[in-house]
Amino acid sequence: MENLGALALILAFCLSIYAIAGSIIGKWKNKPFLVLSAERAVYSIWFLVATAVGILIHALVTGDFRLSYVAQNTNHAMPWYYKVAAWWGGQAGSLMLWAFVLSTYSAVVVYQNRRKFREMMPYVVTVLMVVQAFFLMLIAFVISPFNVLMQGKGIVDVGDGRGLNPLLQYWTMIIHPPILYMGYVGFVVPFAFAMASLITKQPGDDWIFTTRRWAIVTWFFQTTGVLLGAGWAYAVLGWGGYWGWDAVENASLLPWLTSTSFLHSVLMQEKKGMMKVWNMVLVSATFFLCIFGTTLTRTGLVSSVHAFAQSPIGVYFFTFLAVGIAATVYLILDRLDYLKSESHMESVISRESSFLFNNLILLASCFSILWGTLFPVISEAVTGEKISVDGPFFNRVNIPIGLFLLFLTGVGPLIAWRRSSIESLKKAFFWPVAVSLALVAGLMISGMRHPYALMSFGLCLFVTATVFGEFFKGAKAIRAKNGMNFIAATVELTHRNTRRYGGYLVHMGVVAMFIGFTGAAFNLDSTVEAAKGDSFKLGRYELKVRDISDSENADYVSRKAAIDIFVGEKQIDTLYPERRFYKASQQGTSEVAIRRQLNEDLYLNFAGANDPKKAVVQAYVFPLVSWIWIGFWILFAGTIVCLTPSKIRMQYARTEVVGIARNYAEIQK
Amino acid sequence: MKTYTKFALLVVAIIATLGWLAASGINETKTYYKEIKEVRAMGQKAQDGRLRVGGDVVPGSIVREGKEVRFTIHQEDLKLNVIYAGIDPLPDTFKDGSQALVDGKLRQDGIFQASKIQAKCASKYEAKPMQKPAIQQKQASL
Repeated sequence: MENLGALALILAFCLSIYAIAGSIIGKWKNKPFLVLSAERAVYSIWFLVATAVGILIHALVTGDFRLSYVAQNTNHAMPWYYKVAAWWGGQAGSLMLWAFVLSTYSAVVVYQNRRKFREMMPYVVTVLMVVQAFFLMLIAFVISPFNVLMQGKGIVDVGDGRGLNPLLQYWTMIIHPPILYMGYVGFVVPFAFAMASLITKQPGDDWIFTTRRWAIVTWFFQTTGVLLGAGWAYAVLGWGGYWGWDAVENASLLPWLTSTSFLHSVLMQEKKGMMKVWNMVLVSATFFLCIFGTTLTRTGLVSSVHAFAQSPIGVYFFTFLAVGIAATVYLILDRLDYLKSESHMESVISRESSFLFNNLILLASCFSILWGTLFPVISEAVTGEKISVDGPFFNRVNIPIGLFLLFLTGVGPLIAWRRSSIESLKKAFFWPVAVSLALVAGLMISGMRHPYALMSFGLCLFVTATVFGEFFKGAKAIRAKNGMNFIAATVELTHRNTRRYGGYLVHMGVVAMFIGFTGAAFNLDSTVEAAKGDSFKLGRYELKVRDISDSENADYVSRKAAIDIFVGEKQIDTLYPERRFYKASQQGTSEVAIRRQLNEDLYLNFAGANDPKKAVVQAYVFPLVSWIWIGFWILFAGTIVCLTPSKIRMQYARTEVVGIARNYAEIQK
Repeated sequence: MKTYTKFALLVVAIIATLGWLAASGINETKTYYKEIKEVRAMGQKAQDGRLRVGGDVVPGSIVREGKEVRFTIHQEDLKLNVIYAGIDPLPDTFKDGSQALVDGKLRQDGIFQASKIQAKCASKYEAKPMQKPAIQQKQASL
C-alpha cells in the first residue's frame, strides 16, 4: 500500500510538471487542446494526492507501524480521531496537507473558471502548479510520509508507536492546522491571478474582482487559524497565556497582517484606481510570507516551542523563496506601466489617507515582528553573535500600533473620500469623542491608571460609537423612506451593501478582541505548593485544596487536584486541574482547569508535585479574556455578511470620477 | 504646504517613533545565545548580560524544592547548574534527557539563574530510518 501512495505522489509530481509545460506551450503555440489537457491534469493531481492521503490515513488508523511516520505519530491507545489528526502531526504529513489543500483549491479554481478568463487561465494554472510541484517534490522525493522503518536490509515493525505528541491531543489541535493551512494556501489563488494579470498585461482589475471572495474567505481562515492556535495555547500549554510571541506564532501572524492590509487597500483600487502596484506587492508579500511561515515551522530555523527537528528541507524552501521573490519583483517592475494610478491623494484628512496609514501601520507591525523573529539569524550574520529578542520587544512596538489601528478603525468610515472639512469632522466625531472621553474620565476616577489600558478602552468605545452611528444613520434614513421598523431597516441597510456593513461588524469583532487583550494589563498570578486541606488567596478568590488523587488508564497516569473556589464565605465552584503522564511518548502534560466568565477567567494549572501528598499549583486571574473569543464570533458573523451578495450592485464612484475628468478635459478643449 | 509633503512628514514621524520604540525594545530584551563552552570562556563578563544557553538535561538531575526547580544541563563534558524559579510553569516537554534552552543570568557563584525555559524532546524513532544510509556512507567513505 505504501508503495502505491508513494507512486501516486510521484505521478502527481510528474503531472504538475506536465500541467506547467502544457499551459505555457499551449498558450504560446496557441494550442487550446494542450491548455485544456493541462487543466485536466489539475483534476488528476487532486485525485492522485487524495489517493495518497487516503492510504496514509488508512495506515494511521489501522496502525501500520512499519511506516516510520505512523510509528512516530500514533499508537494503539489513541482514539481514532487523533489517529486521523496525526496526518498533520509531523513534518511529512503536514507538507502533504499543504499539497492536498492546494490541489483541492486548484481544482476548484480551474472548474470555476473553465469558461472564463481564457487569456489569463493558462498562467493561473502555471503559477498554481509551480507551487504544487514544489510541495509534491518535497513529499515525493525528500521526506516521504511513506518511508518504512529499516534496519540493515529488513523492514522493522515496531509493536506500538510513540503516539501523537500529547500536547496536540486537544480538540482545537484537530482543526487548527487544517484551517490555518486553508488560510495559508488560499492566498496562492489571488497571487496566481495577480501574476497572470501581470504576465498577460491586463490593464483592468479583473484579478481583484475575481479573487475578492477568495481573499475574504482565506483571510477568515487565517484569522480562525491564528485564534485557534491562541485558544489552544491558553487552554493546553498551561503557561497561562494565549500569545507568547513565539517564532511559530509570529509566522502565522505575518501573512495575516499583510492580507488584512491587502483587503483594505484593494478597496482603494476598486473605488479610486489607486495603489495598484501596492496591491501587487501586498498579495505577493502575503503569499511569500505564507511560504515563509511554513518554512519557519517546518525547518526549525529559529528555536521555538514547536518541537520540529532541524531538517534538510530548509534549503529547498529558501531556494524556492529566493527564486519566487526574484521572479515576482522582476515581473512587477517590468509591468509598472500597466499599474499606473488613476487618481492621487488630495488631502491628509480623507478616506484615502486613512487607508494609506492603515496599510503603513500594518506593514510596520509585520516588519517589526519579522525583524524580531529573525533577529537571532540577522544578528548572527551581521555581528557573529546570536542575539534574540523577547516578548517585551514585540509588545513595546505592537501595542502602540494596535491602538493607532483601533483609532483608524473608528476614524476611517466617517471621513469623506478625497477631502474632509473641519466642520464636517466636528459634526461626525462630536458624540463618539465625547462618550469615549467620558468613559476614560470615569475609569480614571474609579482608580485605573494604566495609560495603554485607558487609551484602549476609550478607543474601543470610540469605534463602537462610530459603527453604531453609521448603522443608526443609515437605518433611520431607510425607515423614514420605507416606513419599516428599526430592526427591519437595519437588516435592509446591511443587505444593500453587505461588504460595507459586514466590514463594520468585523471591526466590532476586533474591538471585542481588543477589550480582551487589554484585560492582560490587570492579570494576577500566584504559585503555591499546597497539601490537601491547605488554602490560599488570589484576588477576590479563596482557593482550598479539597483532595489530591491518582488514577491510571491505558494512555496515561494522572494526578488530579480538587480545588474549591470561595468568594467571601460562599463556595462558587470547584476546579480540577490535572497533571498527566503519557506512557507511549513518556511525556507529562498539564490539563489546566479554567473557570470562564465574561468579566474574568480563573485559571489553575497543576504544575508538578515534589512529593505525592502536595501539589504545586499556579493560579491566575485573567480579566476579560473571554472577549477575545466572543470577538471571534462577531468577526465570523461579519465575514458571513460580507460574503452574502449585496441586494444592489454597487456603482463605483471611480467610473464616475474618471468620466467627469474626461468630460472636463473635453470642455477645456 | 503641499499635500505630499504633509504625507511624507507624517509617515516619517510614524516610522521614526516606531523605530525608536523598536531600538529601545531590542536593547532592553536582547539575549545572547551561548554554548556552555563560550559561557566558561567569557569568565566575569558572562555575568553582565542576559544569556540563553542550550544543553541536554542530565538524567536524574531535576530536583524540585517548593516553587524552585534545580537541574543540570550538559553539552559533551561541560555541565551547568541551573536554578529556575520563574512564574511560568515548566514546559511539558522538559524532562530527563530533553534539550533545554535556559534564559537568564549567570550568578556570581556560577549557578545559572533562569527566568525562562524552553525544551524539546529528543526524537526516538527519528534516527532509525537514517541508520541504513549512515552505514552506507561509512562504507562509501572507506
